Amino acid sequence: MTLPDNEMRLSDAETGAPMVVIGLDDRAGLPDLQMRLRELGFMEGEAVCVLRRGQPGGEPLAVRIGVSTFALRRIEAACVRVAARPVK
Amino acid sequence: MTAIPIESRRLAPPMLALVGNPNCGKTALFNLLTGSHQKVANYAGVTVERKEGWLRTPAGTRLAVLDLPGTYSLAPNSPDEQVTCDVLAGRLPGERRPDLVLAVVDATQLARQLRLVLGLKRLGLPLVVVLNMADLARARGVDIDVEALAHALGVPVVSTVAVRGGGADALFGLLDAALPPVPPAESAGSMVDDHRQVKHILATLGLDRLPAHAFTDRADRVLLHPLAGPLLLFALLFLIFQAVFAWAEAPMGWIEAATALLGDAVGRILPDGLLRSLLTDGLIAGLGGVLVFLPQIVILFFFILLLEESGYLPRAAFLLDRLMGGVGLSGRAFIPLLSSFACAIPGIMATRTIQNPRDRWVTIMIAPLMTCSARLPVYALLIGAFIPARRVAGGLELQGLVLFALYLAGIVSAVAVAWLLKRLGSKGRQHTLLMELPDYHWPSLRNLAIGLWQRVLIFLRRVGGIILALTVLLWFLASFPAAPADFAGAPIEYSFAGRLGHFLLPLFEPIGFNWQIAVALVPGMAAREVAVSALGTVYALSATADDTAQALVPLIVAGWSLPTALSLLAWYVFAPQCLSTLATVRRETGGWSAPLLMAGYLFALAYAASFVTYRIALACCT
Repeated sequence: MTLPDNEMRLSDAETGAPMVVIGLDDRAGLPDLQMRLRELGFMEGEAVCVLRRGQPGGEPLAVRIGVSTFALRRIEAACVRVAARPVK
Repeated sequence: MTAIPIESRRLAPPMLALVGNPNCGKTALFNLLTGSHQKVANYAGVTVERKEGWLRTPAGTRLAVLDLPGTYSLAPNSPDEQVTCDVLAGRLPGERRPDLVLAVVDATQLARQLRLVLGLKRLGLPLVVVLNMADLARARGVDIDVEALAHALGVPVVSTVAVRGGGADALFGLLDAALPPVPPAESAGSMVDDHRQVKHILATLGLDRLPAHAFTDRADRVLLHPLAGPLLLFALLFLIFQAVFAWAEAPMGWIEAATALLGDAVGRILPDGLLRSLLTDGLIAGLGGVLVFLPQIVILFFFILLLEESGYLPRAAFLLDRLMGGVGLSGRAFIPLLSSFACAIPGIMATRTIQNPRDRWVTIMIAPLMTCSARLPVYALLIGAFIPARRVAGGLELQGLVLFALYLAGIVSAVAVAWLLKRLGSKGRQHTLLMELPDYHWPSLRNLAIGLWQRVLIFLRRVGGIILALTVLLWFLASFPAAPADFAGAPIEYSFAGRLGHFLLPLFEPIGFNWQIAVALVPGMAAREVAVSALGTVYALSATADDTAQALVPLIVAGWSLPTALSLLAWYVFAPQCLSTLATVRRETGGWSAPLLMAGYLFALAYAASFVTYRIALACCT
């Protein structure tokens, strides 16, 4: 699925770049993932940021959502669509 | 007729249920409320840990408190969360519905946690929100107006500091008052509606300005650093194993001395005969031999609890995720596997948080390769007896080093087995992680003390229960039938145990075990540490003179060669003989194939490892 120009997947977001959640996608092979992400606070309009990536291979991702931090595999982060957040 | 029906809840004290997100300080609050009045068991039919306690309010009301498993929502995703939802709905058989729900909320994570509160309001149960860690929120510049929050939520709110004594005074006051009314029924809102409502409440009360925890960010910059992080983790684990040996030395000496004194005293008081033999050879030699490892178990658990309390454990899982993924495991497997260092049984139960069935199966299969604390007595005995206590390269304790190597051997084999299972299994599967990295905080001494005390109780109960029973049984088997007067060898060789040992000897001789070890392995199947008490009893009865209360160590040093000791150490890295683990695997996988496969592959690995170790050591020693 292609995304609009201003959107990207959270898994592709630059480390440390402030982003905002645009929406969540379902993904084959990972049932209920969208719901579980929402329960943890991945809601439309929420501020999100990839804090760091594990090594080697850039996995897993430590993701800040609100004031919480979660560890996600790349495939999980790919379910979250994000856009750049204007810095105040 | 107007008889009032007698409900069971009128007879039992009113029940409070603590509900909240994982890491919200729920257990700390539970400890603060109930102190040492706790009972840890399982829910009927499922292997989810059930923690109940009781408290007496200042006015003297007795209340039961149930600590429900942490959950992110009331839509269950795992067996743990299912229990919470079923108890709250009054659906779990054998479990009464709580009379009052205490929603524990971490004041620094309000946005996520208040959504759960909105869900709890719809349950039709009296509800009180317990605002935990309000002091931490204040330190980060956000003062929470409890009254205003209660007004906005429509339920009573009390503020507590769960890690401090007296931090629950406001809550106690509220518990002495009448039950708050059931919140008015609301139509079920969607997750998005609840989210909007929470955002609105937080914005109105000015609570949406809380900054992220600065210390956690700074600490993670080092602790999750791609290079420094794994190095620190490895150093930490290494330090723990050094400490297990170095710190435990003195208290172990005291327990040994006390055991010897008691054995001597009983030996002097009682006349020579069966009763004296049962007490000194059976009970004191057997149980004392296991009890002596209590200090080491306490030290190991102290560190595990410290890592858990401080919030470091999920970071370790983060650092090891790639490694785990590489051998086909979920990063979530780290916590069950770490628990298996204490005991494989809670470890195997903890695999229930792994959603993928195949990931879970592989994790269960390798859990017994993590060196459980029941193996520690065996390792400690053999290392203490055969590895010289001296310092090598850079002041490291050689004994601690060998212990570390044994733990490492278990881990390496687990990685190898997991990798092999991955190669044999299906490919291209999705692995999930999705794990919270909670803010760091100082572990509270009370929580550490209560956690350690529970572990000590579990160990002592084993010593007093199954280990005691098996020790007496083994003493019986090793004492009867009594040898005739003209029997040449030690009387034990004539007994049931002696005959069993000699019968098993052909199987174990190629790996260097003598008949005494073969005998000790049999009761060791019920509980691994029994092997030590069994050796204590077998050797105490093998001794012919009056030195029955003598410690086990000099006896095995005199009786075994170094290759035999090393071979037994290698055997215990795999130690296939633990019936309770196999029973748990059968229950958790719902069939016999997994436990049989597990027993088979562990036995093969143990035999092969012991054989190779024995032959190499034999070649080197001669």
